[in-house]
Amino acid sequence: MGSIGRGARSVLVALVVALAVVGCGSSSGDGDLLVSAATSLKSAFTNYGEGYDGANAQLSFAGSDELAAQIRAGAKPDVFAAANTKLPDELFKDGLVERPRVFAANRLVLAVPAKGAKVSSIDDLTGSGVALAIGSTSVPIGSYTRKVLARLDASTRRGILANVRSNEPDVGGISAKLTQGAVDAGFLYITDVKATNGRLRAIELPAKLRPEVAYGVAIVKGAKHRDGAQGFVDGLLDGDGADALEAAGFEPPPT
Amino acid sequence: MSRGRGFAALLFLALALVLAFLTLPIVAIFVRTSPGELLSALDDPGVVDALWLSLRTTLTALAIIVVVGTPAAYLLATRTFRGKAVVTTLVELPLVLPPAVAGVGLLAALGPAGIVGGPIEDAGIRLALETAGVVVALTFVAAPFFIRGAQVAFASVDRTWLEASRTLGASEARTFLRVAIPAAAPGMLAGLALAWGRAVGEFGATLIFAGSFRGRTQTAPLAIYERLGTDFTAALALAAVLVVFSAALLLTAKLLGNREVVDAAR
Repeated sequence: MGSIGRGARSVLVALVVALAVVGCGSSSGDGDLLVSAATSLKSAFTNYGEGYDGANAQLSFAGSDELAAQIRAGAKPDVFAAANTKLPDELFKDGLVERPRVFAANRLVLAVPAKGAKVSSIDDLTGSGVALAIGSTSVPIGSYTRKVLARLDASTRRGILANVRSNEPDVGGISAKLTQGAVDAGFLYITDVKATNGRLRAIELPAKLRPEVAYGVAIVKGAKHRDGAQGFVDGLLDGDGADALEAAGFEPPPT
Repeated sequence: MSRGRGFAALLFLALALVLAFLTLPIVAIFVRTSPGELLSALDDPGVVDALWLSLRTTLTALAIIVVVGTPAAYLLATRTFRGKAVVTTLVELPLVLPPAVAGVGLLAALGPAGIVGGPIEDAGIRLALETAGVVVALTFVAAPFFIRGAQVAFASVDRTWLEASRTLGASEARTFLRVAIPAAAPGMLAGLALAWGRAVGEFGATLIFAGSFRGRTQTAPLAIYERLGTDFTAALALAAVLVVFSAALLLTAKLLGNREVVDAAR
């Protein structure tokens, strides 16, 4: 050891400490069940994950499209839960995940600030000076929103789109822009509105405009924790997961 | 083998590792897809809009940074005053702030519900989710790069030149404009190049404060993010453009920062 100077030794120690810290703090400890889920599932999955005893569940939330792209790029979470059925179905077709199952339904609503809202119905969205944030076309909330818009007459649709100020990459972005008052309205899931603890208010859409929002979940092929993943998915359909989903405002899967 | 040679080999190994690690992602951007595919992906009007918006907003931010930052840097370089270290640290803070922190801070300060945003909004100026908001975010994150470069450049200008100019009867303002700025120009430009690079790469603060809307607030990095899931080739094409641009800026900054190199090239 004599030939290594004090300086070099402290550098080495610092490196080892840094690596150890990274190892501990890492979200992918070897024993952990990795769950990639749509941002809209955050509160339900966080509650479910904390009490899940099949494995230590590590949750990561982002726009469903981004999570799917990560899996295509070779990322290997154990479970993938999306805010639609299209993305898991596509991954299944390409052999990247096992057969997906529909585990919950959600409801698209018009979200506005709870206090001092400028907008009280979908007709107000075309007004001048009204600002909207919606999901980008690549993410499920964005494509559901465009389904709603497609069911409106052309001039209303154009008027609404002209008031869109931001195409957000996930529901979290829409929610944040609304709660910070940067926009007056946005299309969100009813569960996102509930998750803001009263800061946002939901305006229900007429039944004929409402798209069917079904959530699909799949175990990723080659999952490190096949059993833990299976238990997690089973619990979503019937068990603690289903209860957490219900508490967050999700509806049972459409039959 | 002598101990000295073993150590040299270790140094080379470390450098080889560093080089391989840092260049691999850049190489991958160009190798994964054929150049023809990259070029045709640039045909996407959304991609063109994003590049054009990036150019406009970064140039506007740079103009603001130069006009306000140059005199501020000159003051920091030529005067001493109580609390100067604190002021310098505050000015440099955005250099190390995570972009997401910058975005949240800007929203809390200048957003419609922010501490200054309300009065600004009442005056009819909207920044959040507007192109002007992009410029604000870029200015915030990039300004310290220029101010720091300019401050160092001004500080290294030979003081006797400035004193000679004053002795000959030139006002301080004239000395600043005619002597200090020309003498500090290479260092200022180097700082400007780094500021431009940082501004072009800005992502988090822009998304949080200005949102993402094609042609209005969706800069090139935001357009890359939007295309990740749906059009990876277009994302790579945009990334390739930004790599070439950033490399050119870095090269410029290096050449300007090293005056001898520039002089030798003449």
